[in-house]
Amino acid sequence: MKALLRYLIPYRNRMTVGLTIKMTATLAELMLPYILSHILKNVVVVQDISLILLWGGAMILFAAIACVGNIIANRMAARVSADFARQMRQDLFDSTLRLSAAQADRFTIPSLESRITSDTYNAHSFINMMQRMGVRAPILLIGGMAITLMMDAYLALAMLAVLPLIFVTVYFISRKGVPLYSGVQQAVDRMIRVVREDIQGIRVIKALSKTEYEHRRYDTANADLVKKDTHAGVIMGSVNPIMTLLMNGGIVAVVALAASRVARGQSDPETVIAFMQYFTLISMAMMSVTRMFVMYTKCAASARRIAEVLETDEDLPVLSEGDYPREESGAHIRFDHVSFSYTGKRQELEDISFTLPRGGRLGIIGATGSGKSTLIKLLLRFYDVTEGSVYINGQDIRTMDKASLYAIFGTAMQQDFLYDDTIEENIRFGREIPHDDVVRAAAIAQADGFITAFPDGYAHKIAAGGTNISGGQKQRLLIARALAAQPDILILDDSSSALDYKTDAALRRGLAESMANTTVVTVAQRVSTVKDCDRILVLEEGRVIGDGTHEQLLADCPTYREISDSQMGGAFVD
Amino acid sequence: MTKEKKSPKKGVVWRLFRYVLHYWPLFMAAIGLTLLSNQLSLLGPKYSGDAIDAIAATQGVQFDAVWENVGRMLLCYLLSAILSYLLAVLMIRISQKIVYTMRRQLFEKLTALPVGYFDTHHTGDIISHLSYDIDTINSTLSHDVVQVMTSLYTVIGSLIFMWQISKPLIAVFAITVPVSIVLTRYRSKKVRPLFSTRSKKLGELNGYAEEMLCGCRTITAYHREEEIGNRFHRRNQDAMEAYRKADYYGGALFPIINFINNLSLSLVMILGGILYMYSASGTVKAGSLLFITLGGVAQFVQYSRKFAGPINEFANILHEFQSAFSAAQRVFAILDEPTEPVDSPDAKILDKVQGEVSFRNVTFGYTPDKTILHGLSVDVQPGETVAIVGPTGAGKTTIISLLMRFYDRNSGTITIDGLPIDSLTRSSLRRAYTMVLQDTWLFNGSVYDNIRYGRENATYEEVVAAAKAARIHYFIEGLPQGYDTVISDDGVNISKGQRQLITIARAMISDSAMLILDEATSNVDSRTEIKIQEAMAALMKGRTCFVIAHRLSTIQNADKILVLQDGVITEAGTHDQLMQRGGFYSTLYNAQFT
Repeated sequence: MKALLRYLIPYRNRMTVGLTIKMTATLAELMLPYILSHILKNVVVVQDISLILLWGGAMILFAAIACVGNIIANRMAARVSADFARQMRQDLFDSTLRLSAAQADRFTIPSLESRITSDTYNAHSFINMMQRMGVRAPILLIGGMAITLMMDAYLALAMLAVLPLIFVTVYFISRKGVPLYSGVQQAVDRMIRVVREDIQGIRVIKALSKTEYEHRRYDTANADLVKKDTHAGVIMGSVNPIMTLLMNGGIVAVVALAASRVARGQSDPETVIAFMQYFTLISMAMMSVTRMFVMYTKCAASARRIAEVLETDEDLPVLSEGDYPREESGAHIRFDHVSFSYTGKRQELEDISFTLPRGGRLGIIGATGSGKSTLIKLLLRFYDVTEGSVYINGQDIRTMDKASLYAIFGTAMQQDFLYDDTIEENIRFGREIPHDDVVRAAAIAQADGFITAFPDGYAHKIAAGGTNISGGQKQRLLIARALAAQPDILILDDSSSALDYKTDAALRRGLAESMANTTVVTVAQRVSTVKDCDRILVLEEGRVIGDGTHEQLLADCPTYREISDSQMGGAFVD
Repeated sequence: MTKEKKSPKKGVVWRLFRYVLHYWPLFMAAIGLTLLSNQLSLLGPKYSGDAIDAIAATQGVQFDAVWENVGRMLLCYLLSAILSYLLAVLMIRISQKIVYTMRRQLFEKLTALPVGYFDTHHTGDIISHLSYDIDTINSTLSHDVVQVMTSLYTVIGSLIFMWQISKPLIAVFAITVPVSIVLTRYRSKKVRPLFSTRSKKLGELNGYAEEMLCGCRTITAYHREEEIGNRFHRRNQDAMEAYRKADYYGGALFPIINFINNLSLSLVMILGGILYMYSASGTVKAGSLLFITLGGVAQFVQYSRKFAGPINEFANILHEFQSAFSAAQRVFAILDEPTEPVDSPDAKILDKVQGEVSFRNVTFGYTPDKTILHGLSVDVQPGETVAIVGPTGAGKTTIISLLMRFYDRNSGTITIDGLPIDSLTRSSLRRAYTMVLQDTWLFNGSVYDNIRYGRENATYEEVVAAAKAARIHYFIEGLPQGYDTVISDDGVNISKGQRQLITIARAMISDSAMLILDEATSNVDSRTEIKIQEAMAALMKGRTCFVIAHRLSTIQNADKILVLQDGVITEAGTHDQLMQRGGFYSTLYNAQFT
């Protein structure tokens, strides 16, 4: 909650003004039943119509003050809470993007998503509601209690005895409801998952004539959802009847007790009428307060989750060159006895060493899970090495600041992301790159052809995730993105797997011709993609088991030979 | 959204109502409970007014009358609370039964639809019909129906009571009801669109956040955190502005409603005060139209509150109904989609399949204006392996869809063992094939169930044997719960390649006479592929196979290679024959060595 309050500090003046207005409006509203009983008790006896009109007019005036005041205060609250939520969400989003890969792994992406979306939303609604009801409800509650106590303390106490009951029942039932409804939500998710699975697998299901089986599977999920939903509804459905009963019970008690008090001259019937009005107000306020308590628990949990991200310290700090000195190896990239483990349990990479001169071409090949992509992640400093060092131009990458480190690379990864924008913007990716360079990069990446085939060319819209273009087209756009800023080091991590042989070859030719000074690291499953590299590393279970040119490896690395034989040149047709 | 504005057809309302009618005894009970519980809660204020009159009686407090009325009040409120709870439970039960039925019908309908339906409709849309649309219908059935009945009863009931208490005081509503109506119009015209803009903008913002988070490693690699942050900022600002605007106008609603109620109260007090003044002083005699007691004033005030509530809510409920009907319309639209045509009544069950397949002049297009296959003719002998090669979009997968009758060809004939496939039941035809597709489909269940999916009566040993043959046994053994490990998106990490091996194991366990491999090993790395080649060979042995593959090793040994270009077979023959011909195939083949 502290993290939330910090974001409210800039708005404290606006909030104070808003809350003061709200308070005035609420007090005006509290006057209404008081005047009501005054008219019945004192004014009517005077037999003066103009006096009744005067007091009636006063009621309308107070009602109008309450209305206008509430509107103004609500509008101010809306502005404050929108400003608050915008700032907090922005900071949260920025912090999320700055999380290191290891930190993001710990939070998990879906959880980070829900922190930015639903948790921020919860906090926003809470702040908004607090300003609108947080003052009104307590004032109605306390003010109402004070006035009734003044009017007739005895009757008031009888009536107020009901309030704790209202609080306790509503609070506990609502609290009970929260886990019930999250159970319902999980059941909904399970039901939807079956549907989603079956839509995706409809061909397999039909091919195997498993429709009946799937009906049963869905029915289980559906029946479970109905059961949970009914259960939650039956519990939560009791809140309103209980509330109403308790409220009416209070009124009955007042009437019953008033009878003997009136008989003894300690009270009067007009007070009873006013009490009925106050009691409605007070009960409503009590309900609001209760709801705020429930919302508070929800919001506090959200606030905690938001604060967790905001307060995560920057990972992978820039280290001092004093501790990690430069070296004069003359190599562009050097891995020096690098080992790495994600969790500390299993070694993902073990004792990897190699050097690559400027303009050199390195190929990395190996089976799924052999550690190829991990090696790239270390080069990009998504993770820090567990042992050893990674040098670029003789400088340990842990001593380079992020901006200058990432300015070196152009990276295309296998499962990389394209987003909902034009082709040009997807290649440019928010960098300041002139249109000509975009076109040049697309041409080398063999993407220019299919791009210009779209009627709107580079302005063609890509759908989120690139679902409106083929896998091969996606990869070519990603490569173009990697090339566009003419990087020092180009990393192609399994990024041409969906290209047919001809296109792949043309791409490699293009790279050799126009990017001769660029150091290229290519990760692939296909021998044909890496066979022209100056040097190829063969990885197996995190270790280098082959190191040399294509010809050398064919001669003395059995695994490499096996891979090469099995592929016979790789993909045949697109 | 434009659809929603159209008023739903009468048919939809009637059809929705038929679901309710199905549970008519329960529904009648609900109506009974509604009337009774509302009648009781309407009586409450009457008795409290009577009690106050008894207290305020000129001859001193009439204790008997007070106690009697207090007892009545207590009884009314207690019964009313119990009945309204029962009513809530009853309505939940009715609506859940209806919703359960609708979901089941909708799902069973989905599985009966032709495969093509899912090619042209977004999964997200279909799912939103099953969740949001049905939820909307549900909440209308469980809350709004009762609400409408209650409201109507309360409005009419209060009016009658108020009429009995004091006719002149009712004139107050001549002022407040029109104000309510104006407010209602303001709400639907001005405020509601703002709230839908607000949800839309917020949805876009969330969508953007999710999209960018998926790409967060790429953003790091290009150091674009700041730029993406700025773009997020613009959307964030838009969304918050929409939010504020909705709140700006929406935040006025409650105070205004409150004001109208208070205005009613004030006017009742002015007019009622004057009438009471004359009644109390004796100027107006009891029995006169203008006569009112103190209790009468109290009753009237309470009824006027009851009366005002539903009037304020009326517009909201109307809108809920409107959207429930639109939701129902969308649900019914799916229920009315044409299903796969039923098998002809004299359809035969295909069994003891030999595996001879023949295409005669088959022409097909997904849409009438675009033909995909042009007059295709192929003969496949039992046990032959046919490889289909060609560029993307040439119609390779379409051939498979026609074989399985996911689609029906436009003209020409396809026969299996000499029998036209239309003369066979779909399920027996499809059972004749085993498919392994590039798109590895596993469902949320144990690994064991996923493998056994191919043949439900397979024994544990057979499942393990298939897994071993597919080279996935050791991997499965290494999973936390071995074969009982549940496959889920968020749980155990199973790579694409491993998923594909599981689907291959699934295929190995089935005993169909024919096999379809559509890019079956595309996600398996080439070394694993070598390892399972033996098993694949065993799988293919003695079966008629249709193979679509990228990799040459799979294609090269086929008995027949078909080169498909633009829906026409341009070359056909063995690998050697095609190489000699020197056509498209040999060009492609040679390209890899240059």
